[in-house]
Amino acid sequence: MKTQRFPDLFLCVAFCCSAVIVMFIMAPLLQMIMQPSMADLAETAQDRDVVRAIRMSILTSAAAALISFVFGTPLAYLLARKQFIGKRLVESVIDLPIMIPHPIVGIAILSLTGRNNAFGAALWSLGVRAMGTVTGIVIVLTFVGLPFYINTVKSSFEAIPQRLEKVSRSLGASAGGTFFRITFPLAWRGMVVGMIMCMARAISEFGAVVIVAYHPMTAPVMIYERFTAYGLKYAQPVAVWLIAVCLLLFLLLRLFSGSARSRS
Amino acid sequence: MIHIKGVSVKLPSFLLDQIDLRIHLGEFFTLLGPTGSGKTLLLESIIGLLPITNGSIWIDGRNVTAWAPEKRAIGIVYQDQALFPHLSVKKNITYGLRYLKRRGLTTTDLDRLIEQLSIGHLLDRGVENLSGGEKQRVALARALAIRPNVLLLDEPLSALDPEFREDIRELLKALHAETRLTVLMVTHDFAEAHFLAQRAAILRNGRIEQIGSVHELFNHPANFFVARFVGMKNIFNAQIDGTHARVGNLSIQINSNGGSPSNHIAIRPEDIRVFPNQARPENDVNCFDGRIERIINHGHHLDLQIAVDNIDFRATITSGQFMRSNLQIDNRVNIAFHPNSIHPF
Repeated sequence: MKTQRFPDLFLCVAFCCSAVIVMFIMAPLLQMIMQPSMADLAETAQDRDVVRAIRMSILTSAAAALISFVFGTPLAYLLARKQFIGKRLVESVIDLPIMIPHPIVGIAILSLTGRNNAFGAALWSLGVRAMGTVTGIVIVLTFVGLPFYINTVKSSFEAIPQRLEKVSRSLGASAGGTFFRITFPLAWRGMVVGMIMCMARAISEFGAVVIVAYHPMTAPVMIYERFTAYGLKYAQPVAVWLIAVCLLLFLLLRLFSGSARSRS
Repeated sequence: MIHIKGVSVKLPSFLLDQIDLRIHLGEFFTLLGPTGSGKTLLLESIIGLLPITNGSIWIDGRNVTAWAPEKRAIGIVYQDQALFPHLSVKKNITYGLRYLKRRGLTTTDLDRLIEQLSIGHLLDRGVENLSGGEKQRVALARALAIRPNVLLLDEPLSALDPEFREDIRELLKALHAETRLTVLMVTHDFAEAHFLAQRAAILRNGRIEQIGSVHELFNHPANFFVARFVGMKNIFNAQIDGTHARVGNLSIQINSNGGSPSNHIAIRPEDIRVFPNQARPENDVNCFDGRIERIINHGHHLDLQIAVDNIDFRATITSGQFMRSNLQIDNRVNIAFHPNSIHPF
């Protein structure tokens, strides 16, 4: 007997919602990508200011990801492995940069690094300036990108059975030795993903950067400037190049982390 | 030798309370207890992975309480093996030699161990696709390669398929016989303890209920919990008077318990014989007439619940016996048990 198969209503609704969401994300991006002509894109690619701004965005966000890696990894490890008083508070503090409006982040960093307080004065005496410098941009991008790195890497540490570390200790490895021989090799892919997340967040930052350092110009600031000064037509090609470069970069990183994992 | 002196471990939701335990040099000791009784917690305290609140831990006469885990040279094998997934079998086994080279096995001894564990053909393989038995052998080799002072086994057989379980059990026995290493094994399976250990302790809710030889625990449980844990399914409140115990209206003949105060008796279900068609044994001491209330089929054996004067007895018979006697619910049968099989406590 042939059974009649009816489409599942729930799955149909799920598919429809998914299609709407994908369209919602893709439509404006596709529209923007298709707007500039090839000639416009070629001309923009030769514009030294555009190349400099995109390079600045990539380098500063990569620096932010690297700083997050160095300082965020121990913190992520502690949060994943240890119970301590105030842990919830620390976790909430880490998530703060996600919630705070980003111009406020810029203002906060400017006021901390200004000469009006002891910390800022100390930085000035050491020759460290935030206002209008690459250092300022890196500080801002690290601030906004850190939660993404820490949360990703923390999950990655949590996914490693603690028993592996316990056995390693029983076999004579110190806590540090265990971290570098067991935990790190098993979590490094998570760290790469965390750095990608951090960098992705940092590269798109505008609100805080525009307050701390309008110059040297990052790509989002340049896109904003071109839009306000010359209109949509001049902003779009820069945006398309930024998207293309970022896509390529993140794709390469993903491929690298994926293939390295399959080798290990 | 392991000497645990008054060790307490306080966790937010659990307390390991005043554990005193002495495991002799070269002994195979089993720590028994149900899930959540604190067995693994005690192992991790011994190894130094869990800070203890009170007491001290001595290994081979040295107080190691304040030592870091890596200084104690204690091998541990977990139920899930905890093999390092990014390392080959060989690198897993030799992992500890980098740190404990001076005390670890020599290359010749290591080769011999690998041969003894029959894992020579696996050395270059990754650990992910090994069978449960192979993984357990690798975990054992890794722990033994550092020539540990003591070996801790955390339910090493419970995650294995029955076919591998028997293999590893035999292997553990053979390894222990050869190395005479002090071994502390945690399990909740009394049969494993019976097969492997000389002495055992029973842990419940972070407290030791009884310590003794496996035979002693099996035959002379100290309390209701231990009796139940070692498989005595017939445990009754009893008024004991010399060589007789009164359970309800039944007068049961027992061996004298030497005058020690007891108010319970326990009988193993396999020690109760069942006589169909109300046949009687030759010696009809402790022979009672009853009615089958329930039959529980476990495959190769069956449990019969038999009501004798409103008291439920549990008797175990083989499936062959059951088929031959054609027993059914509501059949009248006689049950009998020898005074030697009655354990007062």
